[in-house]
Amino acid sequence: MTAHIFSVLVEDSPGVLSRVTGLFSRRGFNIESLAVGHCEQPDTSRITIVVTGNDVQIEQVKKQLNKLIEVIKVLDISESEHVERELALMKVRAGPGEARSEVMQIAGIFRAKIIDVGSDTLVVEVTGDSGKIAAIEDLLKPYGVLELVRTGKIALQRGSATVSSGR
Amino acid sequence: MKSGAQILIEGLTEQGVDIIFGYPGGVVLPIYDELYDADIRHILVRHEQAAIHAADGYARASGKTGVCLATSGPGACNLVTGLATAYMDSIPVVAITGQVPTSLLGNDAFQESDITGITMPVTKHNYLVTDARDLKRIIREAFHIASTGRKGPVLIDLPKDVCTSMVPDVDGPDEQPRLRGYKPKYQGHSKMIQRAVDLLLQAKRPVIYAGGGVISSDASAELVALAEKMCMPVTTTLMGLGCIPTDHPLNLGMLGMHGTEYANYAITESDLLFSIGVRFDDRVTGKIEAFAPQAKIIHIDIDPAEIGKNKQPDVPIVGDAKSVLSDILKKIPESCPHPEWSEKVAMWKKNHPLRYTSDGKLHPQFVIKTLADVLGEKGIIVSEVGQNQMWTAQWFKFTRPRQWISSGGLGTMGYGFPASMGVHFACPDQPVFVLAGDGSFQMNIQELGTVAQYNIPVKVIVLNNQYLGMVRQWQQLFYERRYSYTELPEVHFERIAKAYGIEAATVRNASDVEAAIRTALAHPGPYVLDVRVEREENVFPMVPAGANISEMIVGHHTEHEEE
Ligand SMILES: Cc1ncc(C[n+]2csc(CCOP(=O)(O)OP(=O)(O)O)c2C)c(N)n1
Ligand SMILES: [Mg+2]
Repeated sequence: MTAHIFSVLVEDSPGVLSRVTGLFSRRGFNIESLAVGHCEQPDTSRITIVVTGNDVQIEQVKKQLNKLIEVIKVLDISESEHVERELALMKVRAGPGEARSEVMQIAGIFRAKIIDVGSDTLVVEVTGDSGKIAAIEDLLKPYGVLELVRTGKIALQRGSATVSSGR
Repeated sequence: MKSGAQILIEGLTEQGVDIIFGYPGGVVLPIYDELYDADIRHILVRHEQAAIHAADGYARASGKTGVCLATSGPGACNLVTGLATAYMDSIPVVAITGQVPTSLLGNDAFQESDITGITMPVTKHNYLVTDARDLKRIIREAFHIASTGRKGPVLIDLPKDVCTSMVPDVDGPDEQPRLRGYKPKYQGHSKMIQRAVDLLLQAKRPVIYAGGGVISSDASAELVALAEKMCMPVTTTLMGLGCIPTDHPLNLGMLGMHGTEYANYAITESDLLFSIGVRFDDRVTGKIEAFAPQAKIIHIDIDPAEIGKNKQPDVPIVGDAKSVLSDILKKIPESCPHPEWSEKVAMWKKNHPLRYTSDGKLHPQFVIKTLADVLGEKGIIVSEVGQNQMWTAQWFKFTRPRQWISSGGLGTMGYGFPASMGVHFACPDQPVFVLAGDGSFQMNIQELGTVAQYNIPVKVIVLNNQYLGMVRQWQQLFYERRYSYTELPEVHFERIAKAYGIEAATVRNASDVEAAIRTALAHPGPYVLDVRVEREENVFPMVPAGANISEMIVGHHTEHEEE
């Protein structure tokens, strides 16, 4: 059971996202994260889906996705050299005083940004791979993480390879 | 300028549609108004489920795409079972539904249901049209998607205002669909084809396992040619019946849960399984680990997702059955006999034929056997679901593809009778017989109204056992005869039919069966034959669910008749 990152190019039409997610729930595949948005081509969106499963399941995910009429291209990016990132926002309890400066220090170490300061909260923005986000979350937990939101993983292959070129 | 409804009718005509099965309602009034003087024939069914089953039956019998039409909300929802039935068996159907006007979409308007949402998992694709200018393109795409690659149902949801709005006629007549994400692959990979040929030539105990994909791609002739060249016995799935004649010396009949003993033995002992247009369904394989345990597997299918889904093949070939078979045939030398294997298979066939008790009582198998004798090469056989279906699959003598119409993957009771209407319109010169159970017939019995109205000459033979027989059989064998809610009271189908103005008769003795069938066949209109069969007859052989297919329950027969 390993995590795979699928980069899926789809027609930019209403309903395409529910076709994709419906397929996952119907066939019992587990989505760990999903990120979607327009991409470099017109009328096309890119969905990045992280799925865990054994080899047979992963093969089925790929084939079933390919069967959807509005899916243009499916690539398991984790099979090749790639870069991946995720962005998380965390609202941390940190009133004026010691806690606040400690949280700001931790953020600094992780190259995270403070993007909002409230009377007794800070919102921390952190970008990285899942390990990095988990690490900062662990460190901030003792202060009280009031809310956490993550974008889901996005990824690209390294070098000149692209999903539409199929490499 | 043209209205959406006009564009729809023109689009259907362009696709060669000459018949639609449908049922009207508020939001499809603009479409019905166009149909009033269109060249397309419309058959008014009595329930939308029957409309889609009829369209499906039309498609199975003709190979063309069937079309049905329903109104929004309840009408559209009544199509769902039929869509799922067509989807499971990969049948090309285009379903058109009305929808509330776009301005009311999402408002829980009167008779609004999100039919594209509801049918997403049971259609190959579906469309909600929001602009009449897209309609022409969408119709072309829908028919293209339904009838190519792995075929399947496509639904087009048409809001009322899209049908009434006037738009300029947008594109020329021969603009082809351009779908970036849909490019079915027909030609098999040459390297894989060579590997398949190598395995075929090395095999000592090869078996062909053929399914609905062979029928769908019209590849039966190629399949039989390969079987004959290689002296390979052929077993078919329920969906594959007819791709080789029942009487062909290489035919082993159906395999799996209610397959023949010899088919299941041959599979179990084979060293090469040539699988084509099949999906290793659990009703076929039983315990998957014990299925063809000694065999190398070649798997040919047009749908890449079927390959490796249930069983990992040694040689996967993605492609169209006809194209791949032709390529393989070209590489096979004239004749490659396996005398020992052929002898062994012949012994199994001789020693373990299908049987039933012949004691003068009215056994359902006898009815089917008699029908086969009366019809000879003629006729198309449609079944309902249950014991009636399995007995027909086992005992009818099929001579050609598309002669056997039955709901395989979904096993939809109530499919057969409405489907037979579509079968008739696809093949008006053929006698069409429905083999029904008393339970299944009552699921869409209201269609007696339709066959009476249009004088559709289908003949329904009800194998009336006053039970949900197949379920009763499981209760008998696996639940200690606790017949929990499976007994049905006596119904006089003859009287029901006559109330609709349809000729009918009741048969209670084996000696009357043949004459009754001949009378039904000779009658120019629809006919219902209520045959009171032995109530607790079982379908054998039977592989219990999840068991090894070589371990069949064969039943007890005091006397028996050879196949
Ligand atoms: C719509 C639907 N509901 C339930 C079933 C489950 N089922 C399978 S066979 C069967 C009994 C069919 O009875 P009948 O039509 O009388 O046929 P018989 O087995 O007696 O020949 C049932 C209830 C089904 N296949 N389809
Ligand atoms: Mg019955």
